[in-house]
Amino acid sequence: MYIIVGGGGDVGYYLTRNLLKQGHEVLLLEKDTSRYNTLSEELGQAIYNGDACEARTMEEVGTRRADVVIAVTGHDEDNLVICQMAKRYFNVGRTIARLNNPKHELLFQKLGIDVTVSPTKAILSLIESELPGPHFVLLMTLKRAGLEIVEMNIPPTSPVVGKQLSDINLPRRCHLSLILRGDEPIFPEKDTRLLVNDDVYALVTKEGEEELRNTFGTS
Amino acid sequence: MKVVILGCGRVGATLAMKMEEVGHKVTVIDISNDSFRRLDPKFRGVKILGNGVDEETLRRAGIETADAFAAVTNGDNRNIMASQIAKEIFHVQKVVCRIYDPIRQGTYKLLGLEAISPTIIGANMLFDAIIGIQRSS
Repeated sequence: MYIIVGGGGDVGYYLTRNLLKQGHEVLLLEKDTSRYNTLSEELGQAIYNGDACEARTMEEVGTRRADVVIAVTGHDEDNLVICQMAKRYFNVGRTIARLNNPKHELLFQKLGIDVTVSPTKAILSLIESELPGPHFVLLMTLKRAGLEIVEMNIPPTSPVVGKQLSDINLPRRCHLSLILRGDEPIFPEKDTRLLVNDDVYALVTKEGEEELRNTFGTS
Repeated sequence: MKVVILGCGRVGATLAMKMEEVGHKVTVIDISNDSFRRLDPKFRGVKILGNGVDEETLRRAGIETADAFAAVTNGDNRNIMASQIAKEIFHVQKVVCRIYDPIRQGTYKLLGLEAISPTIIGANMLFDAIIGIQRSS
C-alpha cells in the first residue's frame, strides 16, 4: 500500500517507522525544514520536505495513487483540510485524521473523514480506568461495528453485587467479555457471580450504554 | 442582518466597519486582543476573544442566531474549518470564506463553500493594470 502521512511530529515519525517496518510504501510530509533535516537522516527517501496542506505538494508526491492519507499534525484545521483535499481533489480511498480537540469528532464525521483518532480522549480514558474506585470508562469505539468497549468497576451500592450473570438483564446487543477480579481474569459464564470492585469489560452499542450504566449502578 | 466576522485583520476590520455603516449588527472574533485596534473607535459591535474553530467561541459570538458568517483569518485552513462549522453545525444561511490558495479555493467551491481567493482576484487586477499601461504607452 502507498500511505502518505502528513505532519512529522512524534506521532507522524513513529507511525511512519511502524508502517515502513510492516513493508508499506510510506511518505512522511514535514513542512519545517530543520525538523525535516533531523528526520531525513533516519527516514531517507520516506520523508519529503513540504506542506501536506498544499495541493501542489500533494500532487508532486503522487497523492492520486495513494491508498491511504493520514493527517497527524497538531492542528485540527490542517488535518481536516489534508483529509478533505485528499478525498475530494485526489480521490484517495481512505483518510484518517488525528483529532487534537475531541470536540471536533462529530464535525469531522459529518464532513466525510473516514476515521478519526482522538489521542486526547484515549489518554483521558486510560488514566480514568487506572484510578481506583467506581468508574465507567469508554476504552475504545469500534466505529464500523457501532460498538463500544467499556470498563466498569462495580461499586458496593450496585444492584448487581452477588448476582449471577443469568439473572441480570443486559441491554440488547451487549456482551460481557471479561471480569477482572484483582489480578485474576475470569471469562464470564451464566453462573458467574459479580462481586464488589470487579472490573467488568463489556461490548455495548452507543444506545445501550445508558441502560448498562443503570443496570450496573455505575456512573 | 446579524453578521459574525472571524478574523480582525485589515480585511476583517474593514468589512466589519462597512457592515456596521449600513446598519447591520456585527460581531468580530479574533484570537488576539491587539487585532481589535484595527477597528475604528466608532465601532459599536461586539468583540469576542477566542479561537474560531472552537464551537464554544462561535456560540459566544452568537452564531446560532446569525444570518451571515465570514471567515477572514490569515489561515486558509482555519477559514475552511470555521466556515464548515458555521454551515454544517450551526446552519448559518450565508457563509463566505477567504482562501488564498487557488487550488484549495477551487476544491471547496466545488464542495459548496462560497470561497473567495484574493490571490486570483489580486493577480487579475494587477495583470489588467499592467496590460492597461502597455496599451496606453
